[in-house]
Amino acid sequence: MSSFLASLGEAVGLIVTGDPDLLEIIGLSLRVTLTAVAAACVIGLPIGAVVGALRFPGRSLAGVILNSLMGLPPVVVGLMVYMALSAGGPLGPLGLLYTPTAMIIAQTILVTPIVAALTKQIVEDLHADYAEQFASLEVGPFDRVVALLWDARFSLMTVALAGFGRAVAEVGAVIMVGGNINHVTRVMTTTIALETSKGNLEVALALGVVLLTIALIVNGAVMTFRATAARVTYA
Amino acid sequence: MTRRTLLGLAVAAVAIFGQSDRSSATEKFIVVQSTTSTDHSGLFDRILPVFQEKTGIEVRVVAVGTGQAIKNAANGDGDVLFVHDRDAENEFVADGHGVSRADVMYNDFIIVGPPADPAGVAGATDAVVALSRIADSDALFASRGDDSGTHKAELRLWRQAGVDVVAASGSWYRETGSGMGATLNTAIGLGAYSMVDRATWISFGNKHGYRVMVEGDPRFFNQYGIILVNPDKHPRVKAKWGQQFVDWVLSSDGQTAIASYKLDGRQVFFPNARRVP
Amino acid sequence: MLETEFNVRSPAPGWREETQRAASPEVLLETRALCFDAGGRRLIDRIDIDIRAGRRTMIMGANGTGKSLLLRLLHGLIPPTRGEVLWRGRPLDRGGRHAQAMVFQRPVMLRRSAIANLRFALAVRGFTGSERTTRETEALQRAQLEGLAARQARVLSAGEQQRLAVARALSCAPRILFLDEPTASLDPVSTHAVEQLIREAHADGVTIVLATHDVGQARRLGDDLVFMHAGRVVETGRVSDVLNAPRSEAARAWLEGRLYLDSSS
Ligand SMILES: Nc1ncnc2c1ncn2[C@@H]1O[C@H](COP(=O)(O)OP(=O)(O)OP(=O)(O)O)[C@@H](O)[C@H]1O
Ligand SMILES: [Mg+2]
Repeated sequence: MSSFLASLGEAVGLIVTGDPDLLEIIGLSLRVTLTAVAAACVIGLPIGAVVGALRFPGRSLAGVILNSLMGLPPVVVGLMVYMALSAGGPLGPLGLLYTPTAMIIAQTILVTPIVAALTKQIVEDLHADYAEQFASLEVGPFDRVVALLWDARFSLMTVALAGFGRAVAEVGAVIMVGGNINHVTRVMTTTIALETSKGNLEVALALGVVLLTIALIVNGAVMTFRATAARVTYA
Repeated sequence: MTRRTLLGLAVAAVAIFGQSDRSSATEKFIVVQSTTSTDHSGLFDRILPVFQEKTGIEVRVVAVGTGQAIKNAANGDGDVLFVHDRDAENEFVADGHGVSRADVMYNDFIIVGPPADPAGVAGATDAVVALSRIADSDALFASRGDDSGTHKAELRLWRQAGVDVVAASGSWYRETGSGMGATLNTAIGLGAYSMVDRATWISFGNKHGYRVMVEGDPRFFNQYGIILVNPDKHPRVKAKWGQQFVDWVLSSDGQTAIASYKLDGRQVFFPNARRVP
Repeated sequence: MLETEFNVRSPAPGWREETQRAASPEVLLETRALCFDAGGRRLIDRIDIDIRAGRRTMIMGANGTGKSLLLRLLHGLIPPTRGEVLWRGRPLDRGGRHAQAMVFQRPVMLRRSAIANLRFALAVRGFTGSERTTRETEALQRAQLEGLAARQARVLSAGEQQRLAVARALSCAPRILFLDEPTASLDPVSTHAVEQLIREAHADGVTIVLATHDVGQARRLGDDLVFMHAGRVVETGRVSDVLNAPRSEAARAWLEGRLYLDSSS
């Protein structure tokens, strides 16, 4: 208990002093995670919307696959990306291993199924509502997907947040493909793992508190944005 | 209102993504596959800036277990290998993955244990006797179990003590399959003994009354070696800069830097490069 | 163009039938032995009807008798199990449906503003630029929703939504408009407004097919009446004829508010 309080104190100290190393790590964490979430949304939203709204052979199989991929273990993703980016791997010549880009790729792979599967569910529900009107107007598949994504946009922000939560808390994949290199690929979670393995449990916990705070801020920001936008829209 | 929120988000995005990306800012860098003991103890933080100052080459350290470091390097994912398992290192060179191996420095292993010392090994200087005593007592022993240099050295000692730890695994012998730090955390949680290199132990922050129980046996000798990954086998290796790093580590400059690194006022790594260019 | 054909209508029933046969407006929509099965039951049973251009056809019958299903089949939203729907003599295709519009029993509003709902429908139907803007404005005026253009369609009242749905359907300039109980939950004022929209559309030459339980509405709006019972058409004729002197037992029972159980079904 006392050590937990000490950690809290340490966390506050780290934040208020604006420790440059910590800021660098937080910055990289946000950059990697937000980029990965953005990429996952670019890929996952249309996939989810297509599977959720359109009828095509293999559609239910696609849904099952998306749902299963949500449970993809980060370490497995890390391993796959490592093998692809490794010097002898198919993408070795790109020289991306142990760079933030490698971490972004791994997290994108991790987050895309979450975004796609949750999007599918939301779009499917909305489409159940719209389907007859769409059929009556003869809305084409592309316009359907776009319209559903647009009309579900506020719910889909929560989907992006779910992806963010998974990505920002993830350590197994990024440590494998990033290498946890100081000043290059060291992010919040790998630092927490590192400090834990150094036995600096208070520091690790303090960093955990910082990570939680950042997650709270991001969630708060998105939810405020969502509420504001919704208020303007539904005024 | 929405527009202003959007603007705020855009500003935040620029602040986050606009920051200089060091991976692209510094093109002159090498990747060193090394072990947690060298990295977590703070040695690299001490010596790498000296090297970078001199040569302008940034050294990026991937700190994992020796076993994994060697595998990564054998995949060509690194320019220099800096680990502590001489047999495996020699094999690495023999397989053509490395150019040549050189001794860099040594330190020693120790056995740490709970203050109550249930196996009564405190003060022992014979590692084999101490391990036999732990095996015969009811005490637990936490092993890395991860093919790391420390793990391999530990297994050698068990063999010499004639203890079959494979058979005991899961009972009093617990393999964590994790890094040194995680293994120490587990050992302390279990009240188990564990073997660790001295540098990691000194810098370890979660000791909970644990003490060094066994030390000073010559068999605890822990040699670190350095190898340039073979550019003939792995064309992406930055051989020139890698060689520069190897040469520097083995030079009197590098050796002095290693010797000058102290934890709690004590030297933890002892340079012993034979080749002094 | 169609208007002239209908301006020759006369209040004298006998004379009018003659005239109509003479003018013989084009058959827009016809069904041939139309059947629809679901859940192992025959829900629409061998329906043959003709809908002529410019006519206002009322579809009536008890709850669950198949009015909504028939409208869906006519609009091509569901494929018939057997039989067929012909649009101007040919099987209904994409081009055919483009000339049709439907207002559902529960109007479907996109989660957007009223005007964005209109814009979406118009864009999908290929209207662009100033033409689209003109049609949006017209539709809003017609639905008397100018003041609510920017309001979310889903927060509009049921009557406002119904007006918007009708205006949206009409904005795409259909030749035929299907309406499924468009005034079922509306007060007299809103009902009047929706009926007025339908009348104006008809005056513009739009053919109307409307399912309703409201006898007064059928009299006010309808030319022809199709009376259904248990998935079948049991009686057709001019609205006033059927309502004043129903020939079928099902229609008579329904009008008298009795429960009619057809032994043959
Ligand atoms: N997809 C379906 N699967 C099974 N049964 C259906 C389906 N669609 C409609 N039905 C059934 O077909 C019958 C006719 O339904 P329909 O909606 O056409 O009735 P309706 O005449 O419009 O009734 P109401 O006056 O209540 O609107 C009902 O018994 C309904 O339960
Ligand atoms: Mg109905």
